[in-house]
Amino acid sequence: MDTLKYQSQAVAKPYFIFAMILFVGQILFGLIMGLQYVVGDFLGGIIPFNVARMVHTNLLIVWLLFGFMGAAYYLVPEEAETELYSPQLAIILFWIFAAAGVLTILGYLLVPYSTLADITLNHLWPTMGREFLEQPTITKIGIVVVCLGFLFNLGMTILKGRKTAINMVMMTGLIGLAVFFLFAFYNPTNLALDKYFWWFVVHLWVEGVWELIMGAILAYVLIKVTGVDREVIEKWLYVIIAMALISGILGTGHHFYWLMTPEYWQWVGSIFSALEPLPFFAMVLYAFNMVNRRRREHPNKAATLWALGTAVMAFLGAGVWGFLHTLSFVNYYTHGSQITAAHGHMAFYGAYAMIVMTIISYAMPKLRGIGEANCNKAQVIEMWGFWLMTVAMVFITLFLTGAGILQVWLQRLPESGEALSFMATQDKLEIFYWLREIAGVIFLLGLISYLTSFFITDKKAQA
Amino acid sequence: MSESFTKGMARNIYYGGSVFFFLIFLALTFHTVKEMPKRDNRHNITEAVERGKHLWEKNNCIGCHSLIGEGAYFAPELMNVYDRRGGGSEEGFKAFMNGWMNAQPLNIPGRRQMPNFHLNDQEIDDLAEFLKWTSELDANGWPPNIEG
Repeated sequence: MDTLKYQSQAVAKPYFIFAMILFVGQILFGLIMGLQYVVGDFLGGIIPFNVARMVHTNLLIVWLLFGFMGAAYYLVPEEAETELYSPQLAIILFWIFAAAGVLTILGYLLVPYSTLADITLNHLWPTMGREFLEQPTITKIGIVVVCLGFLFNLGMTILKGRKTAINMVMMTGLIGLAVFFLFAFYNPTNLALDKYFWWFVVHLWVEGVWELIMGAILAYVLIKVTGVDREVIEKWLYVIIAMALISGILGTGHHFYWLMTPEYWQWVGSIFSALEPLPFFAMVLYAFNMVNRRRREHPNKAATLWALGTAVMAFLGAGVWGFLHTLSFVNYYTHGSQITAAHGHMAFYGAYAMIVMTIISYAMPKLRGIGEANCNKAQVIEMWGFWLMTVAMVFITLFLTGAGILQVWLQRLPESGEALSFMATQDKLEIFYWLREIAGVIFLLGLISYLTSFFITDKKAQA
Repeated sequence: MSESFTKGMARNIYYGGSVFFFLIFLALTFHTVKEMPKRDNRHNITEAVERGKHLWEKNNCIGCHSLIGEGAYFAPELMNVYDRRGGGSEEGFKAFMNGWMNAQPLNIPGRRQMPNFHLNDQEIDDLAEFLKWTSELDANGWPPNIEG
């Protein structure tokens, strides 16, 4: 059955499938790390913690990028009302990115990191060994090349077609993503400068331009599943991303409290980052409002659930859990504790993993030629996946928050001499880490359920 | 949202607001970079410190440890490890570093394992110099106590 408006939208499919495969890898390595938190020598000689963590976080970043790219290839042609400029280029770039990603992960797993640095000639332009930017320099160059080709392809598509607000916001977000990634190549010897500009990639991605991408995808899906007037949805989109950038750009200051920076960042960062939950709260109001005002009953209930879910969970994870430790006098004690980890988990899942699953849920039935939606049974299994993963993530976050509060109490609040050491504190947190690991297993079950839903077809309909 | 508030107005707030706050951010960044030498002791960055930073990166130390609170939370904060383990002297810290790095992995059943990175004496000395330099950074009074 031909269910796509524009045939070239089909290039999104391999991007989505590969994103899901990497997602599975991310969760498996997360479980390994979670176990190493309590059984310290688990796989110690084979997969040291630092390797597992690098694989866990890098797979996350890469699968989200695959998801964003798939989303862009899917929605940009439809919004622009024209075929993609070059479907061939999109497929070539898919294979380049996939090969570079797989080789990099294999490099992490098969040789010691220092050997990987040597064989990829890191000494010529050292960029490795910084959190989230562990990729060999050659991989980073590959990411830039793929991004340039991708932006060129989308740009040419938008130029020859309709320029909707959704397309413009999506494009601005993606260009921002590419531009800020360039700071990954700046690694000065002076750690003070290194750390300051490292945040230009990390913060300005996740608390800046990625929010544009999220907003654009959510707006697109809401138009489709609710049938609400585009003018209304796009107005909300602009209000939300305006709030996101007005709060989020100077909100970068909440990472500058404890660097070699002037004290005024403690004021600037506290005030502006305290406003960062607002766009996420607006997103919740908007998603529910639009669904309540829907003009049609879209058969894809699962996609609507994901759209509402991502707004709520992004607000909780990025908004509420971010606010918990963003004020400088709180952050002084919580900086770099398990509270940071708690926030990171729910924010990434709620805002970014879930928005990618929202677009996948909406687009996949069409990409696979099934129609507007999967059969009821497949949707039920998909929604089981939604709830299991989401509830498990809530518990992961709560357990890590518990661990974090106790850690701050034992290790950070007392004076030197009375405070417990890091390792002694970790022993006291064991129960929280075990509970977190159990919640992680539930998350995996949810993921399995979610993936199973792709293989359920309505036998009656086929017969 | 009220009908009199149009999409065009929302768009203008988005573009105007983003550009305005981004320019402020750039201005503050410019000022911060100018002020940084007062706090980062850059005159103490020797060649050994520089080599130490490369070793820190090349062995992905940040994959387990944090440095000024950033990194992984699996192993202790190392910005102030010089103060915590050095006993107040460079000799003390270097002796500790040499013993510690060569003793890995400790192989205590169930305990978190630090790998052995097979660094030679010169490299351990460079890493120690880097960590000594980081301990002298002025990060606005962080960490709260010696435990990091």
